[in-house]
Amino acid sequence: MKNRTSIGTGIGFIAILIWCLLPVVWIISLSFKSAAETGVGSPQFLPEDPTIQNYKDILSNPDFTDALRNSFGIALIATVLSVMLATLAAYAIARLEFKGKRAVLSLALAIAMFPVVALVGPLFDMWRTLGLFNTWPGLIIPYMSFTLPLAIWTLSAFFREIPWEMEQAAQVDGATSWQAFRKVIVPLAAPGVFTAAILTFFFAWNEFVLAISLTSTTQSRTVPAQMSFFVGPDPFNPPYGQLATASVVVTVPIIIIVLLFQRKIVAGLTSGAVKG
Amino acid sequence: MSTQVATPGADPIPEKQSRKSKATVSDRSKAENRLGLQLVAPAVILMLLVTAYPMLRALYLSLFRYRLTTPDDREFIGLSNYATVLTDPLFWQDTWNTVLIMVITVAVELVIGFAFAMVMHRIIFARGAMRTAILIPYGIITVVSAFAWQFTFSINNGWVNSWFAWLPWIGPDTNWFGDHWPAMFAIMVSEIWKTTPFMALLLLAGLSQVSEDMLEAAKVDGATWWQRLFKVILPNMRAAIMVAVLFRALDAFRIFDNIYVMTRGAQDTESSSFLTYRQVIEQVQLGLGSALSVLLFISVLILAFLITKLFRVDLAQARGEG
Repeated sequence: MKNRTSIGTGIGFIAILIWCLLPVVWIISLSFKSAAETGVGSPQFLPEDPTIQNYKDILSNPDFTDALRNSFGIALIATVLSVMLATLAAYAIARLEFKGKRAVLSLALAIAMFPVVALVGPLFDMWRTLGLFNTWPGLIIPYMSFTLPLAIWTLSAFFREIPWEMEQAAQVDGATSWQAFRKVIVPLAAPGVFTAAILTFFFAWNEFVLAISLTSTTQSRTVPAQMSFFVGPDPFNPPYGQLATASVVVTVPIIIIVLLFQRKIVAGLTSGAVKG
Repeated sequence: MSTQVATPGADPIPEKQSRKSKATVSDRSKAENRLGLQLVAPAVILMLLVTAYPMLRALYLSLFRYRLTTPDDREFIGLSNYATVLTDPLFWQDTWNTVLIMVITVAVELVIGFAFAMVMHRIIFARGAMRTAILIPYGIITVVSAFAWQFTFSINNGWVNSWFAWLPWIGPDTNWFGDHWPAMFAIMVSEIWKTTPFMALLLLAGLSQVSEDMLEAAKVDGATWWQRLFKVILPNMRAAIMVAVLFRALDAFRIFDNIYVMTRGAQDTESSSFLTYRQVIEQVQLGLGSALSVLLFISVLILAFLITKLFRVDLAQARGEG
């Protein structure tokens, strides 16, 4: 019986690895196929004659590098600002008694479920009037408001677990309130803030609907939007290799973050949603 | 706090003293109240600014005939936009597609995600490697996932046709994007691949809260594996399942990225979100598009209401918010 379960678990483990990694291996393999090879059709999994030409092409393509710059800039700024605002709000929710606490959490939940496309029309109209269309702030502002719910929920779940009495204990031991905050509270709160930042960054890095609707040039278009417009010279034969290469390049930061912080990400994803 | 309502004249003798202490309590709680509101204000204002205000504006614009190419023709037409939308078969076709994608993907994800969660719960080796693997589809950009699967199913550059040629209905010239059902299938596969890990992680969190003692007791009492699964494990995970289904269902209902990349709505694979996007951005029909936006918003509300009713769990309570 015991043996049978562990064999089952082993098979499950391999099944999960294949499920998760096969498509990733596939785009990596595709990114090493030459344009000539995909042009005539190349249904086999691995490239016949691996080449790094696609990487050379894509990294010297200003449309792609501009989009990469926009993606990084917009996602990082939105993350920092969103996490700052969410930290204030989550601190209040976790530690203070005030009217409307439940309303704030419900509002956050409602916005997390909001159909983003429903806002595209009015935002498109408003942003054109306000001069925010096709600018960085034009994407940063909506990204902030759509990531705030996730950040607030994750952070308030984390903050509730912090033993806040330790701050007073440190003060009793002679620390100033600034020292107590910096030496006691900040190290305890930092992992939660960091986790919220990772989840926020993922959202902004991934966002597509607003990115194609509220931008018009590479001045502010992010990578997912740019990729969807990248058809190449022959619309009936899309540049498979180059699109796969672009996919690999934008996935690299995600893989690095996941490798470094997998434990934190899992804790953040589940603490925000299931508790008690 | 709210139980401390002042009752004037109820106990006249210690009135002075009690009023004094009450005043300090309420001063303190008032200050706390104010600080709390100040701290949440920036976040709340920003969230409302980008959602509530545009939504109200959409509600207003939906009552007009308003196209950006001819902005001077803006004319109040009452509910006609809604009538136009609701009598159009395309709207119903797209709504049906969306509901179908939502129901099938969430059901499949629930089953596969639960199997994954069981494996992750039991596994004692390589936990880090497993977590890393499972987070990659979660973190990957949806557009990238859509491209990866589009190329997988591609007729001349994909591996599905050659790997699965042993199935009677698949051959080297099977065109997955040439017909409605195969195209829907490909879209759903890409959606399921990307989001099952999220489902699995939420279910894993629920699974780890099922008490081992209870399972052991059921086993001793002679419950079979299936009985333990359906009578002990699943009922005790109801809150986790409900959260996972709610989040995923509402997310699947908004499906857009995969369809945009894989078919652009060809072969009747359009979703409600795609239809709204096409009206607003490509046709610049702000009036009609706004009506679609409002209908989409109402659908999401109804859906959220139905799911919470179905599982009879209060979300805030499930989180211990009280």
